[in-house]
Amino acid sequence: MGLKGEAVIVGVADYPNERRYTGKRKFYLEQWAELTHLALADAGLAKGDVDGICCSSIPETGMFAPATIAEYLGLHVNFAETVDLGGASSVSMIWRAAAAIELGICQAVVCAAPGLPMPSNPTPRQPDPTRVFGSTSANWGSPQAEFDVPYGNVAQNAGYALIAQRYGAEYGYDERALAKIAADQRTNAQGNPQAVFCGQPITIDDVLASKMIAEPLHILEIVMPCAGGSVVVVASRELAARCRHRSVAVTGFGERLTTKSTTYADDMTVTPVGPAAASAFAMSGKTCGDINVLEAYDCYTITVLLTIEDSGFCGKGEGAAFINDNDLTFAGSFPVNTHGGQLGAGQAGMAGGMSQPVEAVRQIMGRADGRQVKSCDVALVTGTGGIMSEQSAIVLEGA
Amino acid sequence: MDFPRPLPRPTPTSQPFWDALANHEVSIQQCEDCDGWVFYPRTHCSHCLSPALVWRLIVGTGHIYTYTVARRPTAPQFADDLPQLIAVIELDEGVRLNTVMVNVEIDDLAVGMRVKPVFHAERPEADLGGSVLLYFEPA
Repeated sequence: MGLKGEAVIVGVADYPNERRYTGKRKFYLEQWAELTHLALADAGLAKGDVDGICCSSIPETGMFAPATIAEYLGLHVNFAETVDLGGASSVSMIWRAAAAIELGICQAVVCAAPGLPMPSNPTPRQPDPTRVFGSTSANWGSPQAEFDVPYGNVAQNAGYALIAQRYGAEYGYDERALAKIAADQRTNAQGNPQAVFCGQPITIDDVLASKMIAEPLHILEIVMPCAGGSVVVVASRELAARCRHRSVAVTGFGERLTTKSTTYADDMTVTPVGPAAASAFAMSGKTCGDINVLEAYDCYTITVLLTIEDSGFCGKGEGAAFINDNDLTFAGSFPVNTHGGQLGAGQAGMAGGMSQPVEAVRQIMGRADGRQVKSCDVALVTGTGGIMSEQSAIVLEGA
Repeated sequence: MDFPRPLPRPTPTSQPFWDALANHEVSIQQCEDCDGWVFYPRTHCSHCLSPALVWRLIVGTGHIYTYTVARRPTAPQFADDLPQLIAVIELDEGVRLNTVMVNVEIDDLAVGMRVKPVFHAERPEADLGGSVLLYFEPA
């Protein structure tokens, strides 16, 4: 079943994350063109090699995003996917690209996630007030609009707090272990000049002393929004032979969706990344012991703990002990989110989830500079959308 | 972003749930084929996909499955309600729903706490057919 490892990531690029963006504002189409240009140059490929794109929705058009992007970039593609899986979209774009390449329907697929601010609209429409509800739909007929929003269970903070509180009731809540995730990742961010918190290390005590947002989540356990954007190019091995860097093969993937609102999850503490990671491991023939670096989607600290547990790196309920027993920094015993993660580097909207695969690729290519993990050949990368609603996982291996 | 807190806008399928709350009763669906309880209201059973769903009056008691105390508003419309005591209740029938806990000290909140319904009228003047919300308090 699954991938044979014939599709490889050959190039990556990203914008530096910035909390207060002062550069030129760009449309998503313009960012698509720029990111594609940068990633192809990084890979050593030409525009004419590209025959596939994976995108998420773009603000410029409500529908037909792939055709609009292809037209703007002057691409003729055999494969076009709009992936609507929130923060899991980026990881899910990459396995779709790999699958399409292995099917032989295309040879090079650009997967991009823009996240810079757009130019100010001179004739703005009335702002949509329901945008304040984050990932929660307020549209009529949406179960969330009817049964979540009126009770204030809206956007992401409350949902992840509900999960964390339930986890604590079932398995105990070691707040220092959760805080250690944020502190260790912040240490990693010190080696990433593109991170918004480069130059600002923190301790476990800093995290626990920070403002309480929704119990038990402190503000330093929650991602910082920023401007940014990132991209990867997935190609056939035939094309990869012409490329500049070590190829990074996509050897396994998995994806799992359960509920939109975590309220209705069978068990709030058992997350969809479990089956997703199990599928990725089975397909690649790798196990947890083979993983040199874990780039885990980290909207909140609890997301990382549950990803470590449910991917099988330790038993259920043993996540806190595992985190206390391991150094999660790039030089440590179990490197996690070596670029700082989104907690340490910032979350550039939907591009946040692309930062994890880009970092895994840089690690395996040996291009992670001041945060390079020694002899890094195999990575597990996860994506998480909504309130643990949808999760995906890929195994990446140096070729 | 100055707009009032959104009230539920019932659908033809969900209207009986909100009508029951307006009468200070709790009514949810049960499947006649598999006996599974269903929440939120649907046209087909979420266990077996049968369309044979019927409305049943229930007592409405249950326990706190999880909760959070939001110290910052989850949206601007809830800024006057701090701290927000947002909870997920597991009814005795086994289904879960979102709620707000009332008539409780924050320090007494706990996963597993037994709870019973409170019928909370929210802006009845703006009634869209669902202005009585299902809050809960310690049983």
